[in-house]
Amino acid sequence: MATTIASDGPFTDNERRSLLALVGAVIPASAKHAVPGADDPAIAADIVATARPHHETIAAALRHLESMATQRFDTGYADLDPASRARLARELTRSRFAGVGTLVTITAQCYYRDDRVMRSLGMEARPPFPQGFDIPQGDWSLLDPVKRRGRIYKGA
Amino acid sequence: MTDPVDVLIVGAGASGAAVAWSLAETRMRIVCLEQGDWMNPLAYPSTGRDWEARAYGDMSISPNRRQRDADYPVNDANSPISVANFNAVGGSTILYAGHFPRFHPSDFRVKTLDGVADDWPIDYRTLEPFYAENDRMMGTSGLAGDPAYPPKEPVMPPVPLGHAGGTIAKGFNKLGWHWWPSDTAIATEAYDGRDKCINLGACGSGCAQGAKASTDITYWPHAVRAGVEVRTRCRVREITVNGDGMASGVAYFDGDGVEHFQPAEVVIVACNGVGTPRLLLNSTSGRFPDGIANSSGLVGRNLMFHPYASIQGIFDEPLDGYRGPGVCIWSQEFYETDRSRGFVRGYTYEINRGRGPVATALTGMFGGRIPFGEGHHDAYRQLFNRIAGMVGICEDLPEEHNTVTLDPALTDGHGIPAPRIDYALSENSRRMLDHAVARATEALEAAGATDVITEAPIGVGGWHLMGTARMGTDPERSVVNEWGRSHDVRNLFIVDGSIFVTSAGVNPTRTIQALALYIADAMKQRLANLFD
Repeated sequence: MATTIASDGPFTDNERRSLLALVGAVIPASAKHAVPGADDPAIAADIVATARPHHETIAAALRHLESMATQRFDTGYADLDPASRARLARELTRSRFAGVGTLVTITAQCYYRDDRVMRSLGMEARPPFPQGFDIPQGDWSLLDPVKRRGRIYKGA
Repeated sequence: MTDPVDVLIVGAGASGAAVAWSLAETRMRIVCLEQGDWMNPLAYPSTGRDWEARAYGDMSISPNRRQRDADYPVNDANSPISVANFNAVGGSTILYAGHFPRFHPSDFRVKTLDGVADDWPIDYRTLEPFYAENDRMMGTSGLAGDPAYPPKEPVMPPVPLGHAGGTIAKGFNKLGWHWWPSDTAIATEAYDGRDKCINLGACGSGCAQGAKASTDITYWPHAVRAGVEVRTRCRVREITVNGDGMASGVAYFDGDGVEHFQPAEVVIVACNGVGTPRLLLNSTSGRFPDGIANSSGLVGRNLMFHPYASIQGIFDEPLDGYRGPGVCIWSQEFYETDRSRGFVRGYTYEINRGRGPVATALTGMFGGRIPFGEGHHDAYRQLFNRIAGMVGICEDLPEEHNTVTLDPALTDGHGIPAPRIDYALSENSRRMLDHAVARATEALEAAGATDVITEAPIGVGGWHLMGTARMGTDPERSVVNEWGRSHDVRNLFIVDGSIFVTSAGVNPTRTIQALALYIADAMKQRLANLFD
């Protein structure tokens, strides 16, 4: 997980504001599931740090997003209501504007490794190694009909 | 110039490791040059919380995305399937899933049986003892008695069925279709210094547990103890020739970028179906202006991938999700040719256990099943741990217009021309993919899936690289003979997937390694007159 704090990234304050509004629109907080949104400070810091190598393309996408918001609503993207933000985020993603897919991917990567989110899904907040996981052997008698059918390969 | 060696192997992956280990008993001086490095399993993604993210980054299957120092770029813009590989000691076995089927007897006789492509110059029976030897070295798990194969004895019990395998098996049973526990290169018991599988679920980005049989932890420790030297971070630029038209050694760059010449009595190429033709085509001389070993003009031609179809079901009940090896069972119901299906040859279904939390989110968000904003979390929970399905691995027939050539502009970090891929799906492959999607959808619905997600072909799925230096008895129609020796250069051998005549409809690594052992054995049998 990234350890870099958000403030030392290459994103300007305006870009960071747009970015947090966008990722919060993609994955908002949920009281029902007791999970934060992707704009939660810890998750957002992880997103900003992880996005750093892709700054140029993501910043271009954010500028395009701001332009869409200004043209449609005559205001900045971060000042829109949640439903409008989500709608514009969907449109931006469908437009396949360079950098958007990358940002959505990074958002999912950072969001779904957060302790609170993992626990809400019933996962242990840890990496797979070294404890591993249990998988049941299953019912091998399911093979009985396959065995009864006999050989199916072709001789040569 | 460094001291001459008896045998110089280029590439330390699946086949390079096997041939090195087998030849080590001759006590010849053997050196292997590998452009990558030894991997540290404790640095594999499954040891960190970012294990899924790294599969999109430094441990991606795509060299173009990964861009590690060991990687070379591949121009695959003119192909619907992009190349997947890994460059390190262990090669692509570092990242493979460990799905480990053999070829079938019919796979070596497609011309005779189906009137397409060519027969191999060897058959299943020839390779059978080498399959068994490779199974012991890699540690193969499975269950004896599969009716889709001649008898074979796995070394260890199969990986567990789990919730996903059991659910999908019931679907196959409802339809009366074949399925069987997959043969895997995953240790289900402690084996040869490796610990048993603990279901990390991240097989595709390196096994920190050491249960998955990558050759850095199977063949190589034995080969190195037997005296083989592995030189890492050494990238070979070209194979050189002497005045007699024999290979004299290789020119290579070391890790500091310094060029060396390594003389050798025998050169063995083990760089996979893209890396091998790239090296041969880069090895031009007055005697071989079109690349070494290329008098047939077939070096780089007949590139075969396995076009993959992905068919994933969404189930109401929780399955295995992110836990457990991705592989569990296979079906070869549609493996052998049945012309009523509209295509020749066939495919294997490799059943996948599930996917991790990030992959679930991306599948849902990019596939339109998980909305942005309101509704995200409810929709996500409808998918999390509830996706399981299969991939169809379709036999790709050889076509000369599918090629690996040298890109006129793109080079690697040492200025060596990079490979360019030109590949088009055949009509036979398209029909096979459609069939695989339709039948798998039936099976998943029979298993209780409420919805099905499909992709065919899988665009990033160029895991299997074959056919670009094919074997055969006719020097005008093949690059190497029936025991892997170049027709043109009698001390030059090729042991990787590029020598495949046809691709079969199964993952190739087990056959690549059996072939490497077979070729090593042929060399040992002929040591006194190897160049005659």
